[in-house]
Amino acid sequence: MPTGEAPQRRLIRAVAETIIAHAEELTRLDQAIGDGDHGVNMQRGCAAVLADLDRIGALPWPQALHAAGTVLVMTVGGASGPLFGTLFMQLGKSLPPAPTRADMAGALAGAVAAVKARGKSDVGAKTMLDVLDPVLAALRDGDDDWRTRLPAVAGAAAAATAPMQARRGRAAFLGARSIGHVDPGARSVALMVEAVCTA
Amino acid sequence: MSGRQADNVGIVIVSHSAEVARGAAEMVRQMVGPEVRLAWCGGAPGGGLGTSVAAIGAAIDRAWSDAGVAVLFDLGGAGTNSEMAIEMLPDERRARVAICAAPVVEGAIIAAVEASGGAPLAAVRAAAEAWQG
Repeated sequence: MPTGEAPQRRLIRAVAETIIAHAEELTRLDQAIGDGDHGVNMQRGCAAVLADLDRIGALPWPQALHAAGTVLVMTVGGASGPLFGTLFMQLGKSLPPAPTRADMAGALAGAVAAVKARGKSDVGAKTMLDVLDPVLAALRDGDDDWRTRLPAVAGAAAAATAPMQARRGRAAFLGARSIGHVDPGARSVALMVEAVCTA
Repeated sequence: MSGRQADNVGIVIVSHSAEVARGAAEMVRQMVGPEVRLAWCGGAPGGGLGTSVAAIGAAIDRAWSDAGVAVLFDLGGAGTNSEMAIEMLPDERRARVAICAAPVVEGAIIAAVEASGGAPLAAVRAAAEAWQG
């Protein structure tokens, strides 16, 4: 890691690089229960974020997140664009420049609510929300050691989508056949949480 | 085109596939000729199947009429991306774009037929959404 890299630049870069590194895994998950494009779509969006990182990473936290979200909206090409874009953009809207844990929990709560509204969905439908919601609870209710706690919470929550039946997204067309596979959007969120906590 | 076209609701067709969108647009033209403004888009930003918020926004611009624009789309992300594109429109345009919860091919044709008769946006959407085959 280059010294002196701004934290927002470092974290956004870590998130994008982690998703790109796991694109094949995300594609495999989506081929099982969706249209198989989640990996390549997220890879395209994250590559566009990295290509614009000098501009995005130089902005203050709120504007940097908003800019990254806007790039995802414009480049991903599937529902994940508006969904992950909304997550980032909304985080940027309510995050103060030097956030405390309580600030982050408050911003994440607003972002999770925005993703629910954007996707017309909620917890239990086998989506990214099934990871976002427990991560939010763990961030809000736990101590300041969130960096060590949240990756396990997110990973377990993503794994817990496997026995669920999908009620939103392309996987919902499969009905009961969606059971037994991890949701790719949930897995993407878990990867992002791990990247943020370990970067 | 004619003043009448400018008075009628415009139609936008959004599909994951450019070929589906283009084909649906061709079927619409066959029914209504030049009487409605019509635009389509399909494909992800980098190519391949998917939809692009920027391309949807541009299609709404091309089909724009002061009477409004009805948007028809196929699946999942096409709808989410259409909603996003509409939210990014200027305030004065946003309220004059209607998403139609209807099958993209049939809905576009019915919406266009309704629009070609000069029906207002709400009636165009209602006609598309009432389609039962």
